[in-house]
Parts: sequence; C-alpha cells; structure tokens
Amino acid sequence: MRKGVGDSGLAGLRAAVAALERGWGTTGETRPDATLPFGLPCLDDHLPGGGLTLGAVHEIAAGGPEVEHGAAAAAFAAGLLGRLSGPVVWIGPRRDLFVPGLASMGLFPSRLLMVEARRDALLVMEEALRHPDLAGVVCEIDGKLDLVASRRLQLAAEGCDVLGLVLRRSRRFDDPALRQPSAAQSRWRVTSLPSAPPLAHAPDVPGLGPAVWQLELMRCRGAEPATWTVEAPDAQGRLAVAPVLADRPAAPAPARRAVARRAAGHPHP
Amino acid sequence: MIAGACAAARKLGLSPGMPLANAQAMVPGLTVVDATPEEDAAALDRLAAWCLRVTPMTAPDPPDGVWLDTTGCAHLHGGEPTMLSALLEQLDEQGYVARAALADTPGTAHAVARFSGASSTVVNPGAQADALAMLPVSALRLDPEHGITLRRLGLDLIGQLVTAPRGPLARRFGPALLRRLDQALGRVPEPIQPVLPPEVIQVRRSFVEPIGTAESIVSVIALLVAEACELLEQRGDGARRLDLLFERVDGTVQAVRIGTARPSRDARHLARLLDERVEEVDPGLGIEAMRLVLPLVEPLALTQHGGGLLPGEQEEADLSVLVDRLTNRLGPGKVYRMQMLPSDVPERAQRPVPMHEPLPPAPPATGWPRPIRLLERPEPVDALALMPDHPPQCFTWRRVRHRITRADGPERITGEWWRRDGELAAVRDYWIVENEAGRRFWLFRQGDGVDPATGSLGWFLHGFF
Repeated sequence: MRKGVGDSGLAGLRAAVAALERGWGTTGETRPDATLPFGLPCLDDHLPGGGLTLGAVHEIAAGGPEVEHGAAAAAFAAGLLGRLSGPVVWIGPRRDLFVPGLASMGLFPSRLLMVEARRDALLVMEEALRHPDLAGVVCEIDGKLDLVASRRLQLAAEGCDVLGLVLRRSRRFDDPALRQPSAAQSRWRVTSLPSAPPLAHAPDVPGLGPAVWQLELMRCRGAEPATWTVEAPDAQGRLAVAPVLADRPAAPAPARRAVARRAAGHPHP
Repeated sequence: MIAGACAAARKLGLSPGMPLANAQAMVPGLTVVDATPEEDAAALDRLAAWCLRVTPMTAPDPPDGVWLDTTGCAHLHGGEPTMLSALLEQLDEQGYVARAALADTPGTAHAVARFSGASSTVVNPGAQADALAMLPVSALRLDPEHGITLRRLGLDLIGQLVTAPRGPLARRFGPALLRRLDQALGRVPEPIQPVLPPEVIQVRRSFVEPIGTAESIVSVIALLVAEACELLEQRGDGARRLDLLFERVDGTVQAVRIGTARPSRDARHLARLLDERVEEVDPGLGIEAMRLVLPLVEPLALTQHGGGLLPGEQEEADLSVLVDRLTNRLGPGKVYRMQMLPSDVPERAQRPVPMHEPLPPAPPATGWPRPIRLLERPEPVDALALMPDHPPQCFTWRRVRHRITRADGPERITGEWWRRDGELAAVRDYWIVENEAGRRFWLFRQGDGVDPATGSLGWFLHGFF
C-alpha cells in the first residue's frame, strides 16, 4: 500500500513536472512522449522514454575535421528518418546532398522535400515543424544556433510528433559556436572510427566493412551523457553495435603473439 | 523567295512565292525586309485578341487570317454589313489592309474573303454554293498539288467541282478534297477553336480615402480574396497565380505576385500568402484602389478526403500549403524535390524537380555504395597509387594528407557515349577509401590506368560517406 502510493506519487509528480515544462498546465491531459527507438538495447535503455523523443528538436554534429561536410552526421539523420514514414523536409545551405546515398539508408527521394535556405533556414524549419503531416524536418546550419532560436524550434516541434534534427556544420575545425548551450532535447556527436576488417577471420583480405562511428550523447534531458561505438545504418536505417575489436589494430603482429605464448608457457618468477 | 508584298509591289508585278533575284531584276532598287514568321504569328495572336471586341470567340488563322465566330453578336453592332464595315474601318485606322467575309461556314468565309476581290462580303444564309461557284478551286484550302491536278483536269472553279461526280474525285484525291468541299458548303461541321482563354477573374476595391497602413491593406486583401474565391468556386477552378495590384494616388501601380503549387481556392491560405508580401509594398502617399487578378487558374474538383481501403490508411500528405509559403518566402527554385535518374555517372544521377511536376519513380537500386555528400565538381587531389588496379596509399586534399588504411574498389564507371562522342573512351575508377581516423572518401581516377586514351590518370575527390 505504502509502496504503491509512493510510486504513483513520484510518477504523478514527474508527469506534472514534464507537463509544466511543456506548457500543458499542471493537471488534465498529459500524454506520454512518442519516441523513435534505435533498436539497440544499450541506447534505448539509456534514453528517457526508450528512444529519441518525437515532437522535439535534436542536434547532431560531426566530430573533428568532418564538421565541414558532416557526411556521417547526415547519414545518422537519414538513418533515423528512414525508419519513420511520411514526408521529410531537408533544409540546407548548399546542394551537396547525394540522393542515392540517402536512399541507401532507407530515406527515399519520394519522401524528400528539399529547401535551399541559408539565412532563413531556421525560420523555414520553424514553419515546417508546425506542419502536422511531416515525419521529420532536418535543417543544416553553418555556425551559430543560439538559445533563443533553439527554444523557438523546440516549442514549434512540440505541437506534433515530428522529429526535428539540426545538423550543425562549420567551416572551422573545432568551432566554439558548436559548444554553446542550446535548448535542444538532446545533442549528439558522430565521429568516424577506423572500421574492422570486412572478414574478421581473415584480416588481410582487402575491402571495407560497415563504417564504424563513435556516437556521443553530449547532452540530453533526463539522461547522462554517454558514448557508444556503433556501425553505420544499413539499408533499413538501423544501427548496429560494433564489434568490440573495432578499435584495435587490424592484425596483431605474429611475433608478439609468439612472445605472449612464451610468456604464458614460462612465467617469470 | 518573296514571302509577302505590299500593294505597290503587287502593282509592279511582284507576288509572293517569286524568287527574290527575279524580283530584283524586274524592279531595280527594290526594298527588301527579311521575313519574321514568329513575330508575324505573335502579331496575329494580338490581332485575334483585339478582335474580342466584336465577339468572344476569335482564333488566329495563320498565316494571315483571323476567325471570328459572330453567332448572335451581329445585332449588337447594328447588323452584319455594318459590323463588317465598322471592323474594317477600325483595322484601317490601325494601318491594316484587311478583307472580311461573313458566311455560314468558315470554309466559305475563308474562300470569299481571299478570292472574291471585294473588301467586305456578306454571304446570305444557305447561299454558300452560289458564292463559291465562280471562285478557283485553290480557295478551298487544298493541298497545292491537288489544286494543280484539278486545274489540269479542267476543274478550275468550285462550281465545276460541286457538280462533278463524287466517286471518281474521292478515288483520285482521297477524302481530304471532299471534306474541304463539304465543310465549305456546310454539309460537315467545322468548329473553330478559340485559343484565347476565357475571362480572367479579377476583383477590385476602390477607397473613398487612400489607405496606407499594413493593417488596412491586410483587411482589404481578405475581402478581395474572399470575393475571388467565391468566383472560383462558381467556376470550379482554383488559382495557381495571383497578382495583387496597388493603384497609388500618384498614378503609379505596384504589383505583388504569388503562385501556388497546386490550384487552391482556400481564402485563408491565399490571403496569408499575400499578407506576407505586404511589407514589400510602398504605399507612397496612399493607395486609391486594389485589384486582385487571377491570370492563371486550373480546374479544382471537390475531393473527398480519407476513404482509403484500410480504416487507418491515409492519403498522401498535402504539403502544398507549406510549399506555397516557403516558395513565396524564399523565391522560386528554392523548394524542390530530387529525382534519381538511371545513370551511373554521379553528376547525372540526380536532378532537382520543381514541386508542381510529378516525381517519376526512382530507378531500381543498384546496390553499389553511394556517398551521402557529393562535391559539386570533383576536386583534384595528389594521390600515390600503384597502377593500374591498386587503391592510393595516401592522398593530399586541401593541403591535408590522408593515409589510407582500407579501401574498396575499383568500381568502373564508363562514359555515356550516347550523350557525347567524347565520352566513348572515358573511364572513371571509383574507390571508397578510409583514412587512419576512419573517415571515408569517394575518390576516382580518370582513366583505367593502362590506356591513356581513357583519361589523364589524375585523382579526384568526389564525395564523402
């Protein structure tokens, strides 16, 4: 009895706080947040609601020198949107997306509406986020996204279950603008890692396996920052957990192995 | 070749169709102006539009005529002869030399106007055969060869043709000759196609006091749009383009034009599109009147929403409202869709398509890995590679050196010889390469590495994964 009261009391308080945060008032309608699960237990268990919250804005940036083109970040976004259904608005400053590449992540051009906007990009995104029939809105921004602008986007997204993604790009390596606080629901950083050999049992065979990313959750409402190593999305837009060995050198030198065996056979006193 | 000759030239014996050299030999110092058929056609279109003052059904009849269907219009102009002479007088004032004929059928009117020699003729109802009897057969809009053959057979006049037995004529000349004859005599109907659009919807409000504030303009826009939408609904049309004209006190006019992705008569949506553009208008000393013109409308049938086969099934989401607003804010060409094309050459694999065009289905997927980002034009890189079929060991792009640890390829893409002759031998060998940090690039080498005719063996960066 006591336990039940305590549980419902805590859950009720949490719901009330969430409702206050989203501007719905203290009582009455509170709806559970719709989420898009990643399909990976290690990620979904970590995130509040078991996935990426819909009806919210998430920031994605690339790490290191990739930040200028942000190909891995765009692939991450395309994979997420590829698992939703419905039209997607993709706003960008340049026409450098390659549609066959997006289609290989499950995001087909029939669903895509492209908008070329540079200065008005955030305005366009806000407008698009208010449209109820869209599955997602992606906006690529060069440089700054301040607290006020991101708050506006977040409020616009809360009206319906649309997935808002902001892709941060910058011509500058390690741009301080990318570290400024924003009101996004979560912030992600996608950095490429050296991939594993395509055939684990034959590391000398040339070729490429799936790309491997370091996926960093840098900030998220209701979750701790965390880092995962994942494989790039497949044709259905699903991520996979990368083999643990991915980070190691491809082929350990045989000489070393010999040394190790000898060491094991003749332990030092 | 002479395309046309003025009255003075005709008096000197020149006629259309005569070789120019002959004409210049006959008349030294002849003034010659090059013929411009396109401009003539445009002028004829304008003339047909001008003739709308006589009747709502007019159509240009290239190269030198205008059809007017005056059924039920003559009494408005004081009878048929008066109407014709008034029309000719007005044309004369504009500098046109014209001949007019009025008859029951377009064929007869055409023949009489061109071949009777009189400047204005009214053929009485049912009297086509009499009017045509003494005219040459070429007046029937025949194939020129048929005209020559008929004349050779001794059939010079239409009257002879009417009385000639039909069977042999049809055997000899096919159905075209008799059809023309029957059309002229009224045995077979020949409707004329009015090419001019039906009446353009426009609504106008003038004000007792000039207005100038944004709020007042917005409220007038709401009134105008509501009125226009009512007219659209009566006609079953939707607007594709709207022009809002502001007539200012100083006599100048300012215009704002908006377009929609698909026909719409949603007053709220259209008014909102116009409202967003109000700030571009300079009211000056005040606006006397506002006029909303809908130059482009398309049929818009009432549609029933929902009703998919399955209960929860939805139709394709209607994005036209969003598209219109974005297009009007950003300008044309900024909102588009991407079409995948069946080409292996990356530059030709996609193409932007405007929103109002249907998107053709994508070609079947090839399964080859393709980058997410493609550089607009490939950037040259310095690469170290073993020829002919090894990936580069390292490459330098924008002064940064990337050491390659893994690579996949080559994927050979050959030139599309059916587009340009020069691509017959062209070859690109594409490699996906991964540098030490794990970043993946799409590189290609021009040429197959063996035959210099296939390319310069230079390395280029084309995309990012």
